[in-house]
Amino acid sequence: MYAQSLNQQVEGTTAPEDAEAAARFQARVDAEERIEPNDWMPAAYRRTLVRQISQHAHSEIVGMLPEGNWITRAPSLRRKAALIAKVQDECGHGMYLYAAAETLGVTREQLVDELLAGKAKYSSIFNYPTLTWADIGAIGWLVDGAAIMNQIPLCRCSFGPYSRAMIRVCKEESFHQRQGYEIMLTLARGTAAQKVMAQDALNRWWWPCLMMFGPPDAQSQHSDASTRWKIKRFSNDALRQKFVDATVPQAHFLGLTLPDPALRFNEATSHWEFGEIDWTEFKQVLAGNGPCNRDRMAARRAAHTSGDWVREAAQAYAAKERARSAAAAGAA
Amino acid sequence: MSTPTTPLWEVFIRSRTGLAHKHVGSLHAADATLAVQAARDLYTRRGEGNSVWVVPSSAITASDPNDKGMMFDPADSKVYRHPTFYEVPDEVGHM
Repeated sequence: MYAQSLNQQVEGTTAPEDAEAAARFQARVDAEERIEPNDWMPAAYRRTLVRQISQHAHSEIVGMLPEGNWITRAPSLRRKAALIAKVQDECGHGMYLYAAAETLGVTREQLVDELLAGKAKYSSIFNYPTLTWADIGAIGWLVDGAAIMNQIPLCRCSFGPYSRAMIRVCKEESFHQRQGYEIMLTLARGTAAQKVMAQDALNRWWWPCLMMFGPPDAQSQHSDASTRWKIKRFSNDALRQKFVDATVPQAHFLGLTLPDPALRFNEATSHWEFGEIDWTEFKQVLAGNGPCNRDRMAARRAAHTSGDWVREAAQAYAAKERARSAAAAGAA
Repeated sequence: MSTPTTPLWEVFIRSRTGLAHKHVGSLHAADATLAVQAARDLYTRRGEGNSVWVVPSSAITASDPNDKGMMFDPADSKVYRHPTFYEVPDEVGHM
């Protein structure tokens, strides 16, 4: 599960005639009341949420692809069953999130079309390939770990449907990270070749995971309104630091090293300090130039197109049944 | 897209026999049968329930949030509707 802080800039401002309603709205948010779909809300709040929740949903759906790659090649039935369950969960999380976005007045079809047309963004992390089985361990441990850091505060988001979806997601998510870490631990305690494989996966996923938290606070122009509206509770950098602090000792327990020569523990602050993130890479991946962007979109489009006949047949059958029961009612 | 919008359904799950069905979320499905199947896949992956209801979202009539005060505030002043409003001497025991 994979919330990411990207592209959250807020468009426009509240029209002056709404000033009174806006003040009432902000007072409710400040009082930690949840805003529900039929409540008055600033247009920019609605747009921000539609964008963020739908990006989040798209990320869940695209996120099935890198892991799905290994379902047929999982090393045991136990691993395979767990991986299938995890991928099913990601699909479910996408569904919860689309439904939450739809309460804001957009249709599922619109949202899916935007993704397939390449107009909507999804988390940059899924544009990296899963080259070995160890990547499945690294994804569960690191990608889901990073996502959980992001998502726990979203359970208290001011928008009721989003917060309820996140509570459900977070509950289901806790097994994902543990299954990933268990895979890493097994490999790290395995043969020399398995340990090399685990280290290689960690080396490749570490920096992209740190990028999942979004641009540094100094560069993110958009957090103010989201923070004021209590959509965002912690800054990108604060969450990133939290993730690093939690994860570095877990890597050490595995007997693996982190691919960052600058990494060091600061006794004074009790935080792990880390090196410079390559934001050029992040921007390139977001711009569509990551290792797998084209593959991911092609796979989504192919899946959608090959499912067309199923949706059409289901609709046609439903229409026929409606017609039949109308005819039966008419005859009676 | 040529296909019409797939209808929205609200899903209710009974978590245990004896409890009421509780709203858990919504989903899209072409008809009621598919909605029940999708609800089972989407909302009961971890033994969350033993019974599912699906209701077309369009069939729900909701109160207007703007009428919240008019609808619900009057109950706030009627404290005499609660048992704690009445004083019963301790000697009487539990009532």
